[in-house]
Amino acid sequence: MLPLLTVIISFLGALVVGLIPDKHLRATRWIALITASAGLATAITATLQYVLPQGGFQSVLAQAWIPSIGIQFKTGVDGISLTLLLLTGLIAVCGVLFSWDIDHRTNTFFAFFLALIGGVYGVFLSLDLVLLFVFYEIAIVPKYFLIAIWGSTRREYAAMKLVLYSFTSSALVLFGLIALYFGSDLHTFDITQLMTPNTYSETFQIVVFPVVFLGFAVLAGMWPFHTWAPTGHVAAPTAASMLLAGVVMKLGAYGCLRIAIGLLPIGATHWAPVIAWIAVINILYGALIALVQNDFKFVIGYSSVSHMGFVLLGLATLNATGLNGAVLQMFSHGVIGALLFAIVGGSIYRRTHTRQLAEFDRLIDRMPAIAWIFIVAGLASMGLPGFTGFIAELNVLVGAWQAQNSLHVGVLIVAGLGIIATFAYTLVKIHEAFFRRSPAADNPEHPAPSHYPRLTCPEIIALTLLIATTLGVGLFPGRLITLINTGLAPILIALSTGHVLP
Amino acid sequence: MPEFSSILWIGLIPIFPLIAAAVIALILFVKPKWHRAAIGAALLGLGISVVISFYAFKLSLSNHTQQTANFTWLQVGNTTVDFGVVLDPLSASMLAMVTLIAFLIFFYSGNYMAEDPNCARFFCYLSLFAAGMLGLVVSNSLILLFMCWEIVGLASYLLIGFWFHKPAAAAAAKKAFITTRIGDLGLFVGMLWAFKETGTLLFYNNGNGLLEDAKLTMLAHLPEPLFGISAIAGISTLIFIGAVGKSGQVPLHVWLPDAMEGPTPVSALIHAATMVAAGVFLVARCYPLFQADVVALNIVAWVGGLTALIAGLIAIGQNDFKRILAYSTVSQLGLMMLGLGLGGVAIGMFHLLGHAFFKALLFLAAGSIIHGCHGEQDIRKLGGVWRSMPVTSACYLVGALALCAVPIPPFSGFFSKDEILLASYNTNPWLFTIAALASLCTSFYMARQVFYVFFGEYRGHEHPHESPWQITGPLVILALFAAFFGGTAKYLGILEYLDADFAAEHEAPVAAIISIAVAVGGLLIGWLVYGRRKIEADATDTLEKATPALFHFLQHRAYFDELYAATVGKLWSWLAFFADLFDAALLVVSELAIYFVRMASNTFAFHTDRVVIDQWSFDGICNGLRQSGFLTSRAQNGFLPAYLRAIALGAVILGLLFWWSLI
Repeated sequence: MLPLLTVIISFLGALVVGLIPDKHLRATRWIALITASAGLATAITATLQYVLPQGGFQSVLAQAWIPSIGIQFKTGVDGISLTLLLLTGLIAVCGVLFSWDIDHRTNTFFAFFLALIGGVYGVFLSLDLVLLFVFYEIAIVPKYFLIAIWGSTRREYAAMKLVLYSFTSSALVLFGLIALYFGSDLHTFDITQLMTPNTYSETFQIVVFPVVFLGFAVLAGMWPFHTWAPTGHVAAPTAASMLLAGVVMKLGAYGCLRIAIGLLPIGATHWAPVIAWIAVINILYGALIALVQNDFKFVIGYSSVSHMGFVLLGLATLNATGLNGAVLQMFSHGVIGALLFAIVGGSIYRRTHTRQLAEFDRLIDRMPAIAWIFIVAGLASMGLPGFTGFIAELNVLVGAWQAQNSLHVGVLIVAGLGIIATFAYTLVKIHEAFFRRSPAADNPEHPAPSHYPRLTCPEIIALTLLIATTLGVGLFPGRLITLINTGLAPILIALSTGHVLP
Repeated sequence: MPEFSSILWIGLIPIFPLIAAAVIALILFVKPKWHRAAIGAALLGLGISVVISFYAFKLSLSNHTQQTANFTWLQVGNTTVDFGVVLDPLSASMLAMVTLIAFLIFFYSGNYMAEDPNCARFFCYLSLFAAGMLGLVVSNSLILLFMCWEIVGLASYLLIGFWFHKPAAAAAAKKAFITTRIGDLGLFVGMLWAFKETGTLLFYNNGNGLLEDAKLTMLAHLPEPLFGISAIAGISTLIFIGAVGKSGQVPLHVWLPDAMEGPTPVSALIHAATMVAAGVFLVARCYPLFQADVVALNIVAWVGGLTALIAGLIAIGQNDFKRILAYSTVSQLGLMMLGLGLGGVAIGMFHLLGHAFFKALLFLAAGSIIHGCHGEQDIRKLGGVWRSMPVTSACYLVGALALCAVPIPPFSGFFSKDEILLASYNTNPWLFTIAALASLCTSFYMARQVFYVFFGEYRGHEHPHESPWQITGPLVILALFAAFFGGTAKYLGILEYLDADFAAEHEAPVAAIISIAVAVGGLLIGWLVYGRRKIEADATDTLEKATPALFHFLQHRAYFDELYAATVGKLWSWLAFFADLFDAALLVVSELAIYFVRMASNTFAFHTDRVVIDQWSFDGICNGLRQSGFLTSRAQNGFLPAYLRAIALGAVILGLLFWWSLI
């Protein structure tokens, strides 16, 4: 019951905030912050309550919903969903803090924001395919409004593009879910029941897996269906891009892992080499494009695409190490991606009112604190030891190495090139943004101030939270790894038993 | 889930100075002028560590058995990297010594550095150092130890170069960093080798640790990899190379005297009492590895012995107050290594602990004198300090007598040095001779320094003055330790405490007599050469007058730096030249590669992504859908004849289909 509170709290908060009259700015913000913090607190409590040695799904709540076709309202948590619940809670709190200065339709903004959070929590908690799909759809709607109303660069186009991608891919997912229902003789949508081996025949798995996987992977930013992500991220207001990069892309990856791989292990084994190639294309392609972007936020947008490639590569390894790395990378990129968007889209843009790198003139002198924080975040993004990204990418790569009999060695080489490209674009963009003298800055009509305003209190709290998380977990990842491992255990069993089937 | 056993709290000891360092960094960020807050934070952080350390020490005294707490740091695939902490006599005694001396030196620095505009930064580095050093001591894992080892090296680098506007300081910092890094490379390779063979880097882990019997036997039975040197000797020697770098042993000792460019409290804490002793501690920690093959221990003993003698000789020719002490430190560290190599953990560590107190004292007192004499460090320009700075001078004399191992009344150094000489007398006459000669040098150069600095007339300008109590206080406390630590500790059985298997060396009256004779004899010769006559300002050194060639040889530090410049440096220049050529070729290749990457990136970004995927595919499909909407909407235009035409056409098609189905 306790984990479900996250969903209830968020939706209730959305309702309350939405009903507050527009003029009560402070009340709106504080209620939103309290709601988000309560969600995070619930997620933390749920994690602490989780009995690790026992493993499996815990705090399961099952209620018949439409019994005639076996649809239940069934929720519960395991190691993987807890990791992502924690991530969602954290990003929600930081997102609210970074929306502190929104004064245009504040109540509506936070209502949509919290509704989106609620939907995301719901997806991670659902143990019934239909319920999961319902939450998945709920999460799409607020995204549209968040971007279309409060967004910037080409916001209507971006919002519509994102929604079209989301709905088209979810149509694939829906088709896949129905196939999963009719493909088994169990007449249920219950994920835990469908996970039992021998539910689906080999041919069925090989045919249905790509449909379900593709459906979810579009939302994870898989190449060549990734372009919604940079456009959407860039157009979205700061908090929404933090959520999009931090959590929404994880919805897709979570679906890939939980449903596509979890329910169709033989299909996964069959398609893994293809996924691995697409994953490394993601890594390298995203990094290369980030290298030549002129808009700072687009750099971060494409870096998200590149980082999600590691998640996909981890999924394609189909072994304990790689899958663990995939989930770790979901967490890691959630935190680091949100951090980067917060700095670039929030802190810097708020002060410079431009995101064009060509117009940045030695910002290291003009906003030293922000610049240093971005450099730290950039190091985290490059996967330096001590940050979560290192542990995650290391696990993914070791997993890929171990999976050599199924994955081509070229995959590793391209992934390595991708890492080099990641270093390249991060350092190049740090240089361009903070250390380079800009000829455009000598404009006598609009001289850049020698010092931009200091970081505000909400900004400091949010940035500290995010950096502390990536550093803390990066230095002591042991607990999180154990937690994820318990969640992966049943999937790994399904994968290993899947191999011996004819 | 990590299994936390009870002893994990000693891991907190390094955490508090680390927090202090972070807090001071924050202060630096916000209010760089808040010196008092920075000093307070540093003292508070270390103070908590002192309390915990002494509690740990007390526990260890009542229970000599080793207690460990390990946890998995990270797991990649089937490989785990474990961290852990260990409380045993070795770490407990080091903890007590390091925290106590560090606290005194922090306190001293609070006054000594108060005038410096970057005082807060100084305490930030100092706290970082303390965190690394204490982490190194409590670590139960070679990898954790190595990380702390590097933190300590970094802090040392930052502190040597603290006055980086002085070119000498900047150069010394660089030299220290690079030289110790050569040693660290050895340690790193040794660590990887050990990990490859045993799969663990934990020292103690319920019988599965690197230093426990199961793994030691396993290592000992490995085939000999090269030149008949066993794997275990190879690993230990590589680890020892790390110690050689850190502890300033020949041939990597050249950085330590230059490191005196740092502020004096740094010299006292890092380059005398604690960090340089870390190498000795590392050998003591890994002693079971060294013990497994006598080759490794012999290397340790010989390197130590040679270092002791060479550094002792060079010290005689130095004129810089702090450099003499620096070479003395190198020499004493050599003696510790010798003690480890021939006598065992207890003897080496006993000298380390005693030496820490009197060497810290000597440096702090030297700092007080340099401060009191307005920054003068050349002993030829000092003199007669005794009269104007009585407290400091008295403390200094106690430290000097302790260093010289004077037997009556028994000062601290006497007991530990006696053990080392005894151990070498019983095992290796050559090394015994070397050690005895080194001790003779020690007494002689200390006598020279003392007579130059404290007696006769003051030869500098501006009159010296005594330091305030914040500086003399720590001196007095350290002087008490320097005077009484050795005797008391030996009486209380420190040797048996440090090493459970310690067997007292076979007593040899000849060794004892020689030990006393060299200590007193050195002082006596020193008095004969420097003490009898009043030293005139600008006079040539008495020894220089007697044997100018030898003296110049020693004064130029036995030409080690020149030797390195002529050999390693030359080699380096040649390598650099070829590397440069190679580099030019690489540059062309990499420029081309970068050009292609840019081309690819541009193509991907502005053609594949923007045109093919977005404009053609996505926008194309969307537009197609919209166009089809126009088409269908045109059909619904409300124009009746058009509807009738469509109905007629439909009827015809239906009719045709019907007919077709019939035939």
